[in-house]
Amino acid sequence: MNRINPKYIPLAATALVMIALYVLGCVLYPNFTSPRVIVNLFGDNAFLGIAAVGATFVILSGGIDLSVGAVIAFIGIFIASMIASGMQPLVAIVLALVVGTVFGAVQGSLIRVFDLPPFLVTLGGMFFMRGMAFVVRQESLAIKHSFYQQTIRQLVIPLAPRVNIPFTAMCLIAVVVVATYVCVYTRFGRNVYAIGSSENSALLMGVPVGGTKIGIYALAGFFSALAGCVSTFYMQSGNPASFVGLELDAIAAVVVGGTLLTGGVGFVPGTLMGVLILGLIQTLITFQGNLNTWWTRIAIGVLLLLFIVLQKAIAGRGRA
Amino acid sequence: MFNITHISFWIVFAALLFFTRKQRILWPLLALALLLLFNDIFTPGFFNLELREGHLYGTLIDILKHGGIVMLVSLGMTLVIATGGVDLSVGAVMAVAGAVLAQAAINHQSPFVAMIFALLVSLVLGAWNGLLVAGIGIQPIVATLILMVAGRGVAQLITEGQILNFTDATLVYIANGYLLGMPFTCTLVLVLLAVTYALTRGTALGLFIESVGDNDIASRYAGVNSRFVKFIAYVFAGFCAGLAGLVAASNIKSADANHAGLYAELDAILAVVIGGTALTGGRFYLLGSIVGALLIQTLTTTMYARNVSADIAPVPKALVVIAVCLLQSDKARRYFTRLFPRRNPPAAMTETLTAAAPKVEAGS
Repeated sequence: MNRINPKYIPLAATALVMIALYVLGCVLYPNFTSPRVIVNLFGDNAFLGIAAVGATFVILSGGIDLSVGAVIAFIGIFIASMIASGMQPLVAIVLALVVGTVFGAVQGSLIRVFDLPPFLVTLGGMFFMRGMAFVVRQESLAIKHSFYQQTIRQLVIPLAPRVNIPFTAMCLIAVVVVATYVCVYTRFGRNVYAIGSSENSALLMGVPVGGTKIGIYALAGFFSALAGCVSTFYMQSGNPASFVGLELDAIAAVVVGGTLLTGGVGFVPGTLMGVLILGLIQTLITFQGNLNTWWTRIAIGVLLLLFIVLQKAIAGRGRA
Repeated sequence: MFNITHISFWIVFAALLFFTRKQRILWPLLALALLLLFNDIFTPGFFNLELREGHLYGTLIDILKHGGIVMLVSLGMTLVIATGGVDLSVGAVMAVAGAVLAQAAINHQSPFVAMIFALLVSLVLGAWNGLLVAGIGIQPIVATLILMVAGRGVAQLITEGQILNFTDATLVYIANGYLLGMPFTCTLVLVLLAVTYALTRGTALGLFIESVGDNDIASRYAGVNSRFVKFIAYVFAGFCAGLAGLVAASNIKSADANHAGLYAELDAILAVVIGGTALTGGRFYLLGSIVGALLIQTLTTTMYARNVSADIAPVPKALVVIAVCLLQSDKARRYFTRLFPRRNPPAAMTETLTAAAPKVEAGS
């Protein structure tokens, strides 16, 4: 009974890698110990983190969402041009969240009602949103509104002298807390796990597979839209050409965070750790100075490989 | 509008449609015909062909030339998808192959040695994917995701973050040269198609691939070395991607690690699915994939010809993706047949579809 449940092993490995990377940074570079590094880690990766939380739900259910990056870009330019045309920022943000959720629900309905592969439907969604972003506006647009230029920038929690927790970081933490609650303590969350473990069994047990599936993609659309909003807080602009390939980073973060890509096993806090690991790699390479950015991609690839092989080993042991 | 080449083109196409009327390839061909007809009526000069210095020029030739890259990639992708897998890393492999080619050419290797280097590297990358999928048994999307993420980093490592330019006449010829009046890319595609066709349909390999894709365990019990079959499919996909990488690099006379083969995996998968190969594996249609790639390229070229901004071009593509999905979906088909009842449903098609994607209909 004292043996650790194997489903926690990837999570423990993720935590270990995260701590090891942080300690490595602290040992190599004296400035790494500054609390600002941690604060920036959360603030700079907030939109990736929120998108990855949405992707966690989709992957837990055994699906995949490729439309994330394009949705974030679309929402960004959508909010920017709405504000530029005189709309109140909060109204624009709410409208953007509704658009994102509806878009996700449409994807989910196509997947559910017509039994289409999620891979292809969200691929179509990606093309569609990327194109629509350019329909809204062909080039990037700065947001010039007092809400963005002052209110958001002043919404910070002072942590130490001259170190503030930015609003984007607060958004990320709030999203992780809420998503963890939804995932673990609600009926919807348990349904997601059930569908991911075995859709047929879930169906036979009486889980409302159809509604839950549409809900999962609607939720992912909502989180992508929220990530788009947070990206406008962070960048103070919208750009239709931005965030190409962000969905891959999100999926990588989810996998590194210990979620099985086959579905059914995984945790939202693990995804947060996955995002932080990607961020730490980025920060380490920035601190190193003479390493080039492509090492980031290679390092993420190697980490992905390690975690996937680890998952495979655990899954193999569970079956035996 | 009514010149000889024009009329003969449509007569040949109509004959093609007539002879394939009972085959799966009819649908992508029909879609292609509709798109071409639309251009014929609304886009002036779309069908103009010119013979300059013994080389053919024109929009149609451009479609063949620029569609070559997707066609090459989609041939390998067809076999991988037929085994029930998918290869997301082909774009990254293209970038690596281009980078190796350019780096070798700059270091004064002979063009043929450079090409062999590039193709060998892409074979190794394909074997890596095959090892992860067939050897360790990792889910294909995940296994190839690793190389998709890391591959571009490796390509940048090879090019040292630069865009490497080369001027070697042989290497430039691959994408820009002409053979017998047609772009050399067409020859390349035709040769690869013929070889693939001969290998899969002339030998039992194609049957093995289909059986593995249909039911891995059953084919293993029947004595098929399913691991080896899968491995070969990924190695072949790597080779095709490498070849496409050579063409892409040759096309712009340089290796661009960031943009070479961007979205190639998505286009290739789309071409394969348009061609009638189901993502669930099983039956595959090499010619269908070629027609699918042609359809995608014609769509892209149509947008350019109609002055649609390249940035907005993904929107119609998205609609095509969804339309193709719906056409392939058993459930959607049932909805539509209920809407438009008819006496003789295309029996052959529904049969293959149900065979490829058995579904438990509990709950209903």
